[in-house]
Amino acid sequence: MKIDRRSFLSFVIGGAAGTALTPLPWKLTDDLSIWTQMWPWTPVPQDGEVSYVNSVCTLCPAGCGISVRKVDDRAVKIEGMAGYPGSNGNACILGMAGLQLLYSPTRVKTPLKRVGNRGEGKWKAISWDDAISEVAGKLGELRKDQSSAVAGIVGSDRGTVPQLLKRLLTAYGSPNFMCSPSMDDSYALTLKLMHGVSASAGFDIENANFVLSFGSGIIEGWGSSVRMFKANSALKDKKGKMVQIEPRLSNTAAKADQWVPVRPGTETVFALGLAYVIIQESLYNKDFVENYTAEFDAFRQMLDAYSPDKVAEITGIDAEAITTLAKAFAGASNPLAVCGRGQGTTPGSLHEFMAVHALNALVGNINKKGGVWAVPAPDYIQWPDPELDDIAQKGIQTARADGAGSEKYPHTASLLNRLPEVINSAAQSPVQALLVSGANPLYALPDSKAVKKAFDKIPFIVSFSSQMDETAQYADIILPNHAYLERYQDVPTPTGLQTPLTGLSKPVLDPLFDTKHTGDAIIMIAKALEGNIAAAFPWDNYEVCLSETLGDKWDALVENGFVAQDFQEPGWEGAFTTPSGKFEFVSKACAAESDKPVFSSVTPEGDEKTYPLILIPYDSMRLSNGFIGNPPFLTKTVEDTVLKGNDIVVEINPATAKDRLFSLNDGAPAMLSTPRGEVRVRVHLSDGIMPGFMAMARGLGHTAYDDYLAGKGANFNELIGPAEDPVSGLDSAWGIRAKLTNVPI
Amino acid sequence: MSTSDDLKTKKDSVEAGDGSGGFIILFFIIGLVASLISGWLLFPKLLYSEKKQPIDFNHALHMELVDEGCESCHFFREDGTYAGVPKLAQCIDCHEEVQGESPDEATFVEEYVTKGREVPWLIYSQQPDCVFFSHVAHVKGAGMDCATCHGPIGESTSLKVYEENRITGYSRDIWGKNISGIKKHTWDRMKMDDCAECHVKNGVNQSSVQTGKGACFVCHK
Ligand code: SF4
Repeated sequence: MKIDRRSFLSFVIGGAAGTALTPLPWKLTDDLSIWTQMWPWTPVPQDGEVSYVNSVCTLCPAGCGISVRKVDDRAVKIEGMAGYPGSNGNACILGMAGLQLLYSPTRVKTPLKRVGNRGEGKWKAISWDDAISEVAGKLGELRKDQSSAVAGIVGSDRGTVPQLLKRLLTAYGSPNFMCSPSMDDSYALTLKLMHGVSASAGFDIENANFVLSFGSGIIEGWGSSVRMFKANSALKDKKGKMVQIEPRLSNTAAKADQWVPVRPGTETVFALGLAYVIIQESLYNKDFVENYTAEFDAFRQMLDAYSPDKVAEITGIDAEAITTLAKAFAGASNPLAVCGRGQGTTPGSLHEFMAVHALNALVGNINKKGGVWAVPAPDYIQWPDPELDDIAQKGIQTARADGAGSEKYPHTASLLNRLPEVINSAAQSPVQALLVSGANPLYALPDSKAVKKAFDKIPFIVSFSSQMDETAQYADIILPNHAYLERYQDVPTPTGLQTPLTGLSKPVLDPLFDTKHTGDAIIMIAKALEGNIAAAFPWDNYEVCLSETLGDKWDALVENGFVAQDFQEPGWEGAFTTPSGKFEFVSKACAAESDKPVFSSVTPEGDEKTYPLILIPYDSMRLSNGFIGNPPFLTKTVEDTVLKGNDIVVEINPATAKDRLFSLNDGAPAMLSTPRGEVRVRVHLSDGIMPGFMAMARGLGHTAYDDYLAGKGANFNELIGPAEDPVSGLDSAWGIRAKLTNVPI
Repeated sequence: MSTSDDLKTKKDSVEAGDGSGGFIILFFIIGLVASLISGWLLFPKLLYSEKKQPIDFNHALHMELVDEGCESCHFFREDGTYAGVPKLAQCIDCHEEVQGESPDEATFVEEYVTKGREVPWLIYSQQPDCVFFSHVAHVKGAGMDCATCHGPIGESTSLKVYEENRITGYSRDIWGKNISGIKKHTWDRMKMDDCAECHVKNGVNQSSVQTGKGACFVCHK
């Protein structure tokens, strides 16, 4: 028998015929189609019991009520919680993308101890007991002779967790408790100096019908962004007016009834120009000004330098437009002036805040419907003062490392922006151990390079972060907190809300990893330090501390998520406790600067010759620029006029682009340098930015987090340095001189 | 250039061809039989991998102990959604301690109940994710018996081997045990045609309740 080609072919034909008579081809076709329709690697939503857990979002100071949809144990969607004051059923894009923070690969899953060099990313997982005893050991050693060399940095000082850290530092013997600065600090100081009260600013924006915003990104995430979006729409519906005073055409400016593009940095002058007209035309509220204010004459005299013509010269806005705007503002029944640039994450010039607030005072809408209210902080934290031993007593008397409360800055509670400079200029760092909770200073403080240098000089850094952020990456020990959806946390009044409110963030699910609540970690450290420090923390754990602290509010908070305090508009009678007992237009606190005009402006750093342009930052709803890094969903929404590939995009006016020695086309790469740093950028030609200026988004350029964020764009803070406000000492920089140079394509 | 030798070779091969007619048929038959065998017998063996359930389960035994039949454990939640395979929480009431002698029972209590781990049951009737199926519409709405689709599983005393399709990852029960797709009972297959057959027979509303769209959209949203 010989097998030739023919027999082979007939074998194949026989095989094909046979195969056609089996289910094989039909079954395979069916299976392949199922396979291609349902790629096995495509995630399939979990099936299970659906439930909702109400909580409060703590990703930003707005503290919106949220409702988290769960399928069995997995959180699958975040929505707004109906009925929550302010946000009422809505959440912002960051809040809705929060699940990606919960399930993020950059979560710190267990306590970590650094084994490589700082920032190298080499860690050893250690047990909680070892981690706590290591931290307590270091602190115990340091306490013998340098108790005040321990500093704590928190996001905000409000709420039990920051207060527990403050208590730990006090009982330990250090005054160095610092908060991440924001416009809330400047507003608090404004109210302190002008009203004489310790309060936060609340804006009754829902009842205002003329909103004059000095660069506040009302729809860019300013204050409680969710509430502001709603208020902005409501204002439009009721035919109210919104005027945006801002050098750049932001979304808020584009949506406003009027956009007033003042020269950057001249907002204070512009506000004073409006005040001049209001007084000159006698449009101010006589009742308020005559009966409830002091220093009106001094204020009026000071304004002589700010006639519309002069203001027009400085700000670049027509004198007539200034007069018209001032009249319209004063003529409205419920006008409201607000400030705090962009999202308000930088404090800004105190004089600017005072000038803007003076406008509110002139039209008498302080503590009144549709105006600015001084809102006392909820006072549920009533812990007895800790009993201090000798070391602690001595330690807390020492001057603060950041100079807050010193003779120079007597009114400011915390000046974190000054700390890097203080450390860098000292032979030995005044901070020998640093505890960081709810803040990411290595990313968020201006002049990142200097901050890093300062951190290098601090021998021991502890981070409580639940995410591997820039600061955690640079720590020696990480004591990871539960993620925000896994823990209890009290949430005092949302920023800018005009009535005091206490919210409670509740665990939506059990912790996924071996993490501990920072409150518990602090209590454990205190107990390990023994003696008076341990005695200052009588609670078994944080949950006990929190429920005891909230007392009779606890049950209502667990049930409803919030407890609103009955609070009516405070009015004017007895509302001011300044030395004069009245609202003070001009504060004595500013008198130290008497050789200068009382209201000073901040000039950007850098010399004009080398750096002919000025760079300013801008904020966007699509970029989180606080201590939370953008989750991937959020970054996906960023336009390519902000971030192109991995390149950050800067906006420049077409006239500026032509004006340079070289010509830049839209999308062209360039080198941007400032006195503080240099980055590669792409330019975007836009008429929305005035000639001579450039604008760059904040919130990008992370070096930590995952591939969806790290290495994308540049961090604005690498390009700018802090500028100390002469009165508050807070950072008041609004821009920096810069230049663009060609790079070969 | 052609020579007489060449001619001879050609002639030979033609002769051989003539003589090999029987061979050709033989090879055809060999091919046919081999493919029939592999298609009917070998292919199903290769297509499915056999997996054992983590532990065995006796449905019949449990059916005797409960009051409400299948729904005692495979229940509907208050919102009408179907709970599917029971979770540990339902078993725990009786099984906190080991019951009886069965080694599976001991494993269940030791490995799952005490450790608080859910049993990773393999689900025979798991449909692809693109299928929208509502149990409540069928069981409560149309009053169908569980057995119509799932068969007399409640009478079984142990769990059968789970055969997983290596290509799709779904259970063999969807296509049906019979590789040619022939069924004797309504529960023998769970393919789209089987759903459609019953829907057509019973004149089920041919449009989706949710979207109002017809045809495919009834089950594929
Ligand atoms: S505004 Fe802030 S608190 Fe509200 S949902 Fe967004 S991130 Fe959360």
